[in-house]
Amino acid sequence: MKPVSLLLVIGLAAAVVAGACAKNPPPPTTPQPNADSAAAAERARQDSAAAAQAEAERRAREEAERVARQREADSLAALSRAGEEVRSVLATMIHFDYDKASIRPDDMATLDQKVAILQANPNLRIRISGHCDERGSDEYNLALGNRRAQAAKQYLVSHGIDASRIETQSFGEERPLVDGHDETAWSQNRRDEFEIISGGDALRRP
Amino acid sequence: MTAARRLGGCAVSGSVAVLLLAAYPPNRLTAQDTSTIDRGVRIGIIYRPGVRPGLVMLPRQGAGLDSARAIIARDLDYSDRFEVITLPGGDSIRLASPGASRGQSRASSGTAARGGAQATAGALNYPLYQALGADFALDVTAAADTTVVTLHDVTAGGVRRAIRARLPAPGTSDFRQAIHRLSDQVLQAALGTPGIAATRVLFVKDGKVYQIDEDGAELKLVSASDRQAMSPAWEAGGRRFAYMEFQAGRGQLFLQEMATGKRTPVATTGTALDFTPAFSPDGQTLAFSRATEEGTDLYTINLKDNCCLRRLTVGRFSDNLSPTFSPDGQRIGFVSTRPGLPQIYVMAADGTDQQLFAPFDYGVTGSSNAPDWSPDGQSVAFHRDVAGTLQVFVLDVRTRTVRQLTSVGRNEDPTWAPDSRHLAFVSDRSGYRQLWIIDLDTGRIRPLLQQSGARLPAWSPRLSEATSSTP
Repeated sequence: MKPVSLLLVIGLAAAVVAGACAKNPPPPTTPQPNADSAAAAERARQDSAAAAQAEAERRAREEAERVARQREADSLAALSRAGEEVRSVLATMIHFDYDKASIRPDDMATLDQKVAILQANPNLRIRISGHCDERGSDEYNLALGNRRAQAAKQYLVSHGIDASRIETQSFGEERPLVDGHDETAWSQNRRDEFEIISGGDALRRP
Repeated sequence: MTAARRLGGCAVSGSVAVLLLAAYPPNRLTAQDTSTIDRGVRIGIIYRPGVRPGLVMLPRQGAGLDSARAIIARDLDYSDRFEVITLPGGDSIRLASPGASRGQSRASSGTAARGGAQATAGALNYPLYQALGADFALDVTAAADTTVVTLHDVTAGGVRRAIRARLPAPGTSDFRQAIHRLSDQVLQAALGTPGIAATRVLFVKDGKVYQIDEDGAELKLVSASDRQAMSPAWEAGGRRFAYMEFQAGRGQLFLQEMATGKRTPVATTGTALDFTPAFSPDGQTLAFSRATEEGTDLYTINLKDNCCLRRLTVGRFSDNLSPTFSPDGQRIGFVSTRPGLPQIYVMAADGTDQQLFAPFDYGVTGSSNAPDWSPDGQSVAFHRDVAGTLQVFVLDVRTRTVRQLTSVGRNEDPTWAPDSRHLAFVSDRSGYRQLWIIDLDTGRIRPLLQQSGARLPAWSPRLSEATSSTP
């Protein structure tokens, strides 16, 4: 009650000032009615109480918002950490033997992780692009790259992912990842790349 | 001449093939593939030295003729149908017949027109040129604004033909093509065979389409787009070409006019990966490969009405690609992976009667790709993986036997010249991949373009005056 009574005093003081002002010629824009000072004081008191209540509410709201924001930021950071991790697992390439489009056994675990991510994020859509090394025939490599992209897609589909969520494309040997004319470069260039088309904003861990 | 005869078992056909390997004059040997090859296939070129007629370029002095003479001499040399004899030293070797000595002195002091008249008068010392090994002598002279090319038949002792032409100014875009057409007329007059001097090769470098004259001159960017391009293919008349362009991971086919550079997208293409276009000989149909979720299959589209997509193959578990029409338009050669690895197949142009074309040993023969049917219909060139690298092969359509043409380095993507005896191809024999030309009759190999990274060549048909002109 103490702050309220203090405000009351301030309100009364304001009424006195207002009364004193009333003796002066009224400002043309805000004509002051020649009212009873008690009534004016009562109005001022009510106004002040409402203002104080609003102020308190505003502070409480701000504090709540701050806490909420903090919580949100914390969870966003966590989400983004998870998202980055998921994103990186999703982008992990798989590789192929020369002139082959069959999934290598050591790449199946990589694809299984992608299956889990796609299952945990039902809105996620991805694109697989197949690539080849420079050794084969330039034009045939477009067909081979297509086979490689399809092989990964079929693996994902056969493990329960809807085919409509996966696009495929082939670049043949036209987009090498590594320059070079030896097996080290070639083995890295015979690959499938995976990228997110949509639904990658808030990725959840499987 | 030393000839070595060898009996070689042809593992591919299973039959015994007799191959005649004859040593050629040493100065011709430098660029030939003469080494024996693994896997039972031997070089199939039969060298026939000495059967080519000799042709001597008569020395001439005169303003503006040097480049024409040089271009014609090189064209005739590159035709690989003559032994081109060059006389060193010009006038000191210019040996006219006694009766023509007055004419020569007049010509050297008189007008060019008189020089032309002297040449067409046939006053040459034919027995002497015959002794030099010449069957033909060629004289290039100028009479006023007309260039006169006179072909002497040395054996018959007279003028075979005099060809007159008004050449465009040197340096203009059609100057060299006009001279190339003269060269082809000389070849026609001498041997009764059309030449290939007035032709060009399209190829891809750094994702762009370029053209180059058959003699290696006039390299020019043709691509009218910044997108990555592949697989240029000529229409039979040489008026336009088709090619594939990458667009956001898809492949769209375009037709581009040679004269104007105007591009037109091919209907229905561009929603999938469409590639390796090939015109039917009548220019009405475009065959191409389309990669979808089912794999890669061959389709045709009616170019005249831009409609009527038609599927020719249903691969399911195999890919079918790289179509090439027979010159009569009745058949299509293509690549199919139905045996496991890609091999050369053939079918009727409507997609029926699909069968193996180039024989192979299952489990032994490597991948075969990039077939190109020769303009005379008798052969299909392709490349095949031999011991981990690619080599150019030729399939004889009638006997269905294959022979290996190259063995040095990696050699791929052969494309036929209109004479069906020259092939342009990509080879790294010099250390980096560039374009080369091989003559199947002599085995002679020459570089077409000394630039790294050139690939996917497509040799034009014979270009008429109208099609070769550029704005």
